Amino acid sequence: MRKFDTKVQHLKYKVLREVARYAWNDTLLENVLKIPEMIVPGKTSTMRCCVYKERAILEERIKIVMGGDKENPNVIEVIDIACDECPSAGYVVTESCRGCLAHRCEDVCKKGAITFDANHVAHIDKSKCVDCGQCAKVCPFSAIINRKRPCQNACKIKAISINDDNAAAINNSKCTACGACVYQCPFGAIMDKSYILDAIEFIKNSEGNKKYKVYAMVAPSISSQFTYAKLGQVIAGLKKLGFHTVIEAALGADMVAQAESKELSEKGFLTSSCCPAFVSYVKSAFPGLVQYISHNLSPMATLAKYIKDTDPGSKVVFIGPCTAKKAEAQLEEVKPYVDAVLTFEELQALYDSRDIDITTLSEEVLDNASYFGRIFARSGGLSDAVAQGLKEQGIDFNLKAIPCDGIEECRLALLKKSKNVLDANFIEGMACIGGCIGGAGCLTHGEKSKAEVDKYGREALEKNISDAVSVLK
Amino acid sequence: MLVQICVGSSCHIKGSPEIVELFTKAIEENNLQDEVALTGSFCIGQCNRTGVTVQVDDVIHTGINRDNFKEFFEENVLKVIKNERV
Repeated sequence: MRKFDTKVQHLKYKVLREVARYAWNDTLLENVLKIPEMIVPGKTSTMRCCVYKERAILEERIKIVMGGDKENPNVIEVIDIACDECPSAGYVVTESCRGCLAHRCEDVCKKGAITFDANHVAHIDKSKCVDCGQCAKVCPFSAIINRKRPCQNACKIKAISINDDNAAAINNSKCTACGACVYQCPFGAIMDKSYILDAIEFIKNSEGNKKYKVYAMVAPSISSQFTYAKLGQVIAGLKKLGFHTVIEAALGADMVAQAESKELSEKGFLTSSCCPAFVSYVKSAFPGLVQYISHNLSPMATLAKYIKDTDPGSKVVFIGPCTAKKAEAQLEEVKPYVDAVLTFEELQALYDSRDIDITTLSEEVLDNASYFGRIFARSGGLSDAVAQGLKEQGIDFNLKAIPCDGIEECRLALLKKSKNVLDANFIEGMACIGGCIGGAGCLTHGEKSKAEVDKYGREALEKNISDAVSVLK
Repeated sequence: MLVQICVGSSCHIKGSPEIVELFTKAIEENNLQDEVALTGSFCIGQCNRTGVTVQVDDVIHTGINRDNFKEFFEENVLKVIKNERV
């Protein structure tokens, strides 16, 4: 069964795995320079112009896997030399143009940007074109295409531009660290910084969880991942890696659903605060709406705080689908509770760095949260949970939630709210399409993910939010 | 006295929510709110097949369930507190 969606992910995984392998043995420093040649041996290139460029890019990947550029506050980094400087001319006429008589492209263009040469072939005057795409839609030969860089296409909030060297550049004040560009760049030229070395250090220095305990907190979207094994085996694998125990972040989601429904009834209007990319987007693009962001910490931070309160000195490693969580963990209000954030990609690399084949392990249990906490992983789940939270607490409040699936829907809802024309009193903001199951740190993204999350939700021992939260005194 | 009830996955499915409830009630009935602090813990590291793990100060007890709770509470909480008072 496939472990990754793309070969770019697989390449990144190999780097993570090899770095981790040496780190466990305390031999990273003496071996780090060997890694590029291990991954790209011989003299025949398979990805780029020559093996030397391939290895040079691998060196850059290793740097990012080891924590990346400390001077750069963003957890998302561009590898300049890996950027293929894709064409970015916008709408262009290709040689498929047959020079027809109809000239639908000319008629539909409101800017008068289309002209024809002596062979009746269309041309677009770039000084007039506004990239509306109408001409491409009406051409009967599909002869007009949009040359847009995949990274810029992925970044719906337009935080990516092209620098003087023609490489992609990220505007840090706009970037929400959602990771869409990381996942979409076909050359793997954009990467999320890794904290895999921190996680390994925590486990090693705990001396078998005797000096302090290392908790693994897993996001509920894990139910849609590692599809080649059973969830119980994924949990067993985490313990085999050396984590003291595994806890569901979904329990934090239950806690948030309870508190947030109460907060909503008191304030009358609220946006969710679970998705760090959404929160960061509101802050940068709609500063006037910041007052409406729920004051609750995210499920990750809420539960991590509980762990740190009951077990001071412990370490909490969050493992999820999200690159923006890496940025969230660096916020002043979250930093004391979450010690490191890993993605599912990085977890796969961790397993393999210790040669742990999770399919051979006997299953262990994972059960802390309710159905509602677990379905936070997919779009619409948070709204359902808030409705349930209101019901369970007997709060009389007429909830009108608008679940926003992806950052573009978020933008629309926020825009309407800023103009006071939004017909809703709760915005569920999820930056990734589908919710967390669409996160950039997922191993695989597929049609079945939502069904997997719902199934996992139904398997929860606790059916209600208050039952799940009742154990936390 | 610090009472930590394991609410990790293994104990959770063996009934820690019920033990938490029983503890809360018993503490109220015996008016021990000032003397006993009740808290959760994610895995005390004694997962087993018989019941919930509870740590009373430094002592770990395993296999607590609804049937043996009363006896457990009297022996390991009430008696200990009484002895401390003397």
